[in-house]
Amino acid sequence: MARKKITVDHKLEYLAILDEHGKIDDGLDPKLDDNTLLEMHRLMLTTRLLDDRLLAMQRQGKIGTYAPIRGQEAVQIATAMTLTPDDWMLQSFREPGVCYYRGWPIHTIMQFWGGYEEGCTVPEGINDTPICVPVASQFPHVTGVAWAMKIKGKETVALGYIGDGATSEGDFHEALTFAGVYDVPAVFVIVNNQWAISHPREMQTRAATLAQKAGGYGIDGIQVDGNDPLAIYVATTEAVAKARAGGGPTLIEAVTYRLIMHTTADDPKKYRDEADVKVWEKRDPLIRFDQYLRDKGLLDDERDAAMRDEIKKIIKEGVTQYEANRDVDPRDCFKYLYEDVPEELKQQAAEFDAALQREGVTIGH
Amino acid sequence: MPSLNMVKALNLALNEGLREDEDVVIMGEDVGQDEGVFRVTENLLKKYGRDRVIDTPLAEGAIVGTAVGMALYGMKPVCEMQFSGFAYQAYHQIEGHMSRYRNRTRGRYNMPIVVRMPFGGGIRAIEHHSESREALYAHNPGLKMVVCSTPRNARALLLESIRHPDPVIFFEPKAVYRAFKEEVPDEPETMPIGKAQVVREGSDITLISYGAMMRPTLEAAADLTDDDGVSVEVLDLLTVSPLDTETLTKSVAKTGRAVVIHEGPRTCGVGAEVVARIVETCFYHLEAPVRRITGYDVHFPYFAREQAFLPGADRITHAARETLAC
Ligand SMILES: Cc1ncc(C[n+]2csc(CCOP(=O)(O)OP(=O)(O)O)c2C)c(N)n1
Ligand SMILES: [Mg+2]
Repeated sequence: MARKKITVDHKLEYLAILDEHGKIDDGLDPKLDDNTLLEMHRLMLTTRLLDDRLLAMQRQGKIGTYAPIRGQEAVQIATAMTLTPDDWMLQSFREPGVCYYRGWPIHTIMQFWGGYEEGCTVPEGINDTPICVPVASQFPHVTGVAWAMKIKGKETVALGYIGDGATSEGDFHEALTFAGVYDVPAVFVIVNNQWAISHPREMQTRAATLAQKAGGYGIDGIQVDGNDPLAIYVATTEAVAKARAGGGPTLIEAVTYRLIMHTTADDPKKYRDEADVKVWEKRDPLIRFDQYLRDKGLLDDERDAAMRDEIKKIIKEGVTQYEANRDVDPRDCFKYLYEDVPEELKQQAAEFDAALQREGVTIGH
Repeated sequence: MPSLNMVKALNLALNEGLREDEDVVIMGEDVGQDEGVFRVTENLLKKYGRDRVIDTPLAEGAIVGTAVGMALYGMKPVCEMQFSGFAYQAYHQIEGHMSRYRNRTRGRYNMPIVVRMPFGGGIRAIEHHSESREALYAHNPGLKMVVCSTPRNARALLLESIRHPDPVIFFEPKAVYRAFKEEVPDEPETMPIGKAQVVREGSDITLISYGAMMRPTLEAAADLTDDDGVSVEVLDLLTVSPLDTETLTKSVAKTGRAVVIHEGPRTCGVGAEVVARIVETCFYHLEAPVRRITGYDVHFPYFAREQAFLPGADRITHAARETLAC
């Protein structure tokens, strides 16, 4: 008989490398080359400007309700950059930066928020899944894709994103349970922006961290400063490498902050103190990375302006493409439901067509 | 009598439910501090406190599951599913326990729970926010399936549902939430669950609908009268399970013609059950085949296509005219 402390062998760590003033911890510096650093910056900036544009489009009535990501650029870009095109990315609904990096056209990203199924068109050449609205429900798919990779003997990984609130759903728990049991090559990224609409992170679980939940499934967990692209990059690179080498899944909690509303239909003044937001505005990943690059001599006002111009041009082109493709045929809601279309459904499609002709409807937008 | 929109009318019923019975609690995502994403629970946290108006973590299964536990202990939870599209995460609790406890325990434990949820299309929402799956719950023994359609009946039916001893799935047509106002009595008013309402009397044809589709249905009825001189009777089912066969029968036996209208998919939809009842009870009175104007058997399209997809008055009048021509 015994009564003693139980020791467990999974890891639980915290990692931060670049502080909010852009000062790096030399001992932890991953020493990325200049091009990679600049690319990281360009992508984060693209994500910010794309997000701003989508918000503006919502206000102009060009798209519907939009879920902005301001403040969460680092976790998107620094995780996505660790993947190869053969790896799989399974998104939640707040990952436009990841999508852009992976090769999703900007107009496709816009189409989802504009109310077009076309926004779920997975680009050729990559293996991603489209936006998933019911929170956490994509997480069992992450495990499933990774499990299939393992069964097929592939050296690829599946990486999925989830919000802090969504970790309360059964799907989160069940996905990680399976991932642990079958030791699959998956990386689970919790984007802890500290809010689930109006519900604060502390009321989501009594646990002090979300990363520690990994232990419950017998897998490694790491909490990172989610506004520090270098820490995220290092943690994700290690998790991906481990998964690729057959070392099993990892849970990464990136602690960041949702700097604006949950969606454009939300009013955060109802539930949070603007003073807290101000604190987090200073921790903005773009501010610290900008400073870091300037201190390193990699960035100055001129290069910054040139970069912004180039990005704005790319986004503008996306808007143009989006606007040029707004007229769609409502009839094609029948088109992709089955490979083998039942006779009854063909009749309904004909009935719909007749109704639209009577009503003089040719397009939808 | 104040003139209220549906959101305010539902809020009134919740307030009355909380006020009259201390066993009533409200639980759901963002229902407290944020007062609900549609503001249906406005002021209730301020008034009744955190023990009675409960902001829960993000887990529908646990919202309904813990409500079942509370009900076992004698409480009367009113759960909010933020959108009906997220109630599947709670379906194992709804089907597996909430609908069964009374039966399983031979009447020992009843489940006086209400599960409210906004449903239906028309508000330019993203995927999983526009479906109409009332048939799923109507098909489920042990549940009452209520669908309000106007501010006044929303208040009356919700208050009745809160007082009801058995579990009620309460569908709120979100397209109607702020669409119009109606006079709602000051004094608590209820309407019986399981009773349909004749909202327009007529003798040539019966149009049967519920929820947000009541508006195009009434519009079609007015058009048919104005343009074709037809006398149209309109029924609002209000409860889709148990279905009010008596009111249906009375109306269709009189008119001999009927069209059923709903947003949800056609196959095994509420319309199918309505038609079956009509055939069972009014077969010899029928002058024409009963028609259904419904959503098609496909997933509800993203919102760029939704207006074209949703049945409107045109489709209803067209079907009615064909029925009348028989
Ligand atoms: C299963 C489910 N329930 C409810 C919702 C409605 N909803 C959309 S986002 C959200 C909050 C999500 O919070 P979190 O997981 O932290 O992600 P974040 O929005 O912060 O990115 C809720 C409740 C949903 N989409 N899916
Ligand atoms: Mg969150």
